[in-house]
Amino acid sequence: MNLLLLIGIPLFTAVAVLLSRNKQQVKWISLTGAVVQLAAAFALLFAFQKQRTEGNTAQMLFDQNYTLFSSLNINFHIGVDGISVAMILLTSFVLIAGVLISWNIEKMTKEFYFLLILLALGAYGFFISLDLFVLFFFLEISVIPKYLLIGIWGSGKKEYSANKLALMLMGGSALILVGIILLYYNAGHSFDIMHLSQVNLSGHLQNIIFPLLFVGFGVFTALFPLHTWVPDGHSSAPTAGSMFLAGISMKLGGYGCLRVATYLLPEGAKQYADIIIVLSAIAILYGAFATMMQKDLKYINAYSSVSHVGFSLLGIGMLTQTAITGALMQMVSHGLMTALFFAVIGMIYDRTHTRMTNEMGGLMKMMPFISTVFFIVGLCSLGLPGLSGFVAEMTVFMGSWQNDDGFHRIATIAAAMSIVVTAVYILRAIGQTVMGPVKNESYLQLKDANWNEKMAAVILVLGILAIGIVPVWLNDLLRPAAEVIMNRISGK
Amino acid sequence: MLNDFLILMKSELVITVIIFLLLFIKIGKGMKNESLLSLVQVLLLLNFIAGFFFNKEGSLFGDMFHTTPLIVFQKSILNLGVYLISMLCADWLKKTEHLTEFFILMLSALLGMFLLISSGNLLIFYLSLELATIPVAAMANFDLEKKRSSEGAMKMILSSAFSSGILLFGISLMYGATGTISFGEIAQHLDGSPLQILAFVFLFTAFAFKLSIVPFHLWTADVYEGSPIAVTSFLSVISKGAIAFIFMSALYKVFQPMQEMWYNMIVVLAIATMVIGNLFALRQQNIKRFLAFSSIAQVGFILVGISSNDVAGLTAVIYFILIYVFSNLAAFGVASVISANSGKENVDDYKGLYKTNPFLCWIMALSLFSLAGIPPTAGFFGKLFLLTAGSARNNYWFIIIAALNMIVSLYYYLRVIRAMFMDKNEQPVETIKINPSVKLAMIICGAGIVLVGLLSWIYDYIHALIK
Repeated sequence: MNLLLLIGIPLFTAVAVLLSRNKQQVKWISLTGAVVQLAAAFALLFAFQKQRTEGNTAQMLFDQNYTLFSSLNINFHIGVDGISVAMILLTSFVLIAGVLISWNIEKMTKEFYFLLILLALGAYGFFISLDLFVLFFFLEISVIPKYLLIGIWGSGKKEYSANKLALMLMGGSALILVGIILLYYNAGHSFDIMHLSQVNLSGHLQNIIFPLLFVGFGVFTALFPLHTWVPDGHSSAPTAGSMFLAGISMKLGGYGCLRVATYLLPEGAKQYADIIIVLSAIAILYGAFATMMQKDLKYINAYSSVSHVGFSLLGIGMLTQTAITGALMQMVSHGLMTALFFAVIGMIYDRTHTRMTNEMGGLMKMMPFISTVFFIVGLCSLGLPGLSGFVAEMTVFMGSWQNDDGFHRIATIAAAMSIVVTAVYILRAIGQTVMGPVKNESYLQLKDANWNEKMAAVILVLGILAIGIVPVWLNDLLRPAAEVIMNRISGK
Repeated sequence: MLNDFLILMKSELVITVIIFLLLFIKIGKGMKNESLLSLVQVLLLLNFIAGFFFNKEGSLFGDMFHTTPLIVFQKSILNLGVYLISMLCADWLKKTEHLTEFFILMLSALLGMFLLISSGNLLIFYLSLELATIPVAAMANFDLEKKRSSEGAMKMILSSAFSSGILLFGISLMYGATGTISFGEIAQHLDGSPLQILAFVFLFTAFAFKLSIVPFHLWTADVYEGSPIAVTSFLSVISKGAIAFIFMSALYKVFQPMQEMWYNMIVVLAIATMVIGNLFALRQQNIKRFLAFSSIAQVGFILVGISSNDVAGLTAVIYFILIYVFSNLAAFGVASVISANSGKENVDDYKGLYKTNPFLCWIMALSLFSLAGIPPTAGFFGKLFLLTAGSARNNYWFIIIAALNMIVSLYYYLRVIRAMFMDKNEQPVETIKINPSVKLAMIICGAGIVLVGLLSWIYDYIHALIK
């Protein structure tokens, strides 16, 4: 399978959107593009699994290498392993749901869809790049769309949030930039991940470069205490924007922390692992407790995202194969779950024009479909078996438990305690909004979800169920790739 | 000999011919502004195209004039810039009473810059630098009715006279210390004696004045604000570019033996320039002052690239200036159109502009993102290569400071973007009917901003020219 398709399709869609004449065309072109992209992602999954069952054990499949800046030894090198395939699938799911959920957007429709697709393009490019320069290019490409999506279509204190997000992410990028430039000079003038993974830098250098890269990518994935853009950014963004930010953009950071920082600099990772564990345990607990205090649904999900993404970082910090696999599963699972969560919040807000839990009540009567989806996503968030959240968190805990010293045990137990808190705030939020008597008489006229909203929700729910009920395929996809990373860390 | 002369000096000769042509037109019947403008544009475009053919390496007049394909390429960049300015600022230019004189002055300055880049000894260097400066001061005064314009011109002429004095002093000391004024021979006589260092510091200061490196930048903002936008863009793009080219080749070729010393000077000045330029840009209201300070900060980044002292640095700086021509001119072009049609020059006046002028907004957004160094614009590649080149010595702190400055600069570029796209305004600037040639120039700039980065062979082409 030609990986260029994965960036070709969104690029083509984006250009087509720009050239289209009216809103209907824009929407249908975007939807077609998203569907084709989802098909391409599935084709990639099957092609990948076919190669693997045929015994192709190369680390990266379908790789292609084009010279970009020959005098600087920068190449357009792309390829995928299991992790990338999973992330690409995730992105396609969120993209199609995002396109569907924004179907009724009236203000500057063309620009909105163009930026949305550009955002997805950045994510696809990021997940397939094997050259740090190209990877960084695709990471940064999403700055403009994010800023404009929040600033133009957002709500609340949108300009403040947009600025905060852009500047904090730029700060993270600046650290990454310095990190990769240092890698480039110290590893024989190369940005190529495959080459860099063969180089063993001195411990001293790794100790300098690792924090730059990890913290840089950490800003993207809400590493405590650099998570402050998350609540503001997510709550101000338009629905599809929040879905993308939480569902995909935060995963870019997690992927970078693992693939770039940890994989390329194993000694540095070992050195700083304990700090990562402490910070992510704090993020998990802090996020959970902060959510307890929120009344705005978007803030609830934003803070709970901080908590849930903490599990990914915790898994990476634990440095065992199972924990890393769990961290990756958590990224996929949280991506789907949080996108669905934001989609549901968007649907509710479109109807009630409020996001405050204490102003709602009894929504189940008027909108059974939306309320049911809300139930499902809530249960997934609190880790009910049979849904994706349980599988991922369980794997992280199992992996963490493999480290049998007191420090790791305490961190694991502390993180596990957050599940109780999660249950409290999720059940309370659901109870206040969906159950009980109807507080506001005018809500009785509200209608249930439209076809486009139903489609979006169903697609994401299917994704969550597919991981929750049959986690084997995802595990088989991620585990070998995690093993490669683990071998590098343990020096095999 | 004549053949050599014609081929080696072709860019200069064409510009001289255009100047004389304009002079004859002025003496004779005169011409309408529109047709004069198109004539000059066509000739400049031809000169730009001619820059890609018959390029030879060689020197004339006993090494006074020296040229290589690389130098011709640098001249082509400047020539392209002047061409774009003449298109972008068409609205203002057509209104000027003395268009012929304006072009004569601008092309004389351009001729000075061409000779400057090609200069092979200190004498011709000084002469061409003056030729490149004095007409610009006259141009700065071209808004004849505005006091600020005269004030700007006065400040410019005084500060450049001062820096010329310093330069002359440096040249005389250099001659005293080495016994020669030829660049090639100076390099052989440099041994780091105190007198030579003193002479070098004076020469360096003169460069710093022209490039408006902090702390020699104080004239910049006032001159930029007072001058008409066509002149401001000429000053901030073409002048800066030309001086950066000659500065770099002087450091790399002539003062190579002193590199340990100038490396430290450049690091300190680069940090000061980036930080101060950025901090002052944060609070500017007038769009010209805003771009003035942002261009000071950009010079700081150019210095980061210059500090590398190798082929990668040289390539990165030339590449960056090419991108800078497109990005900065596009920004000035939009400012010029708005100012010529509505007289508004403040960032606050841009509020709600997207409702009425989406095309201008996208061009402005592209150019600002390029200046901030965000992909997919070429500015991203330019900045990245400058930083990559600058870190060749593994000087972490220097690069970290530069990278952090990119965040600060993003903040103020976003201010303008926010005003245009997000802020509400009851009375935004009315819809402006854009002249086709202005629109074409903006599209060229926009295409340049996107393509120069993505078409990676351009970088490799410059790299190949250097080798």
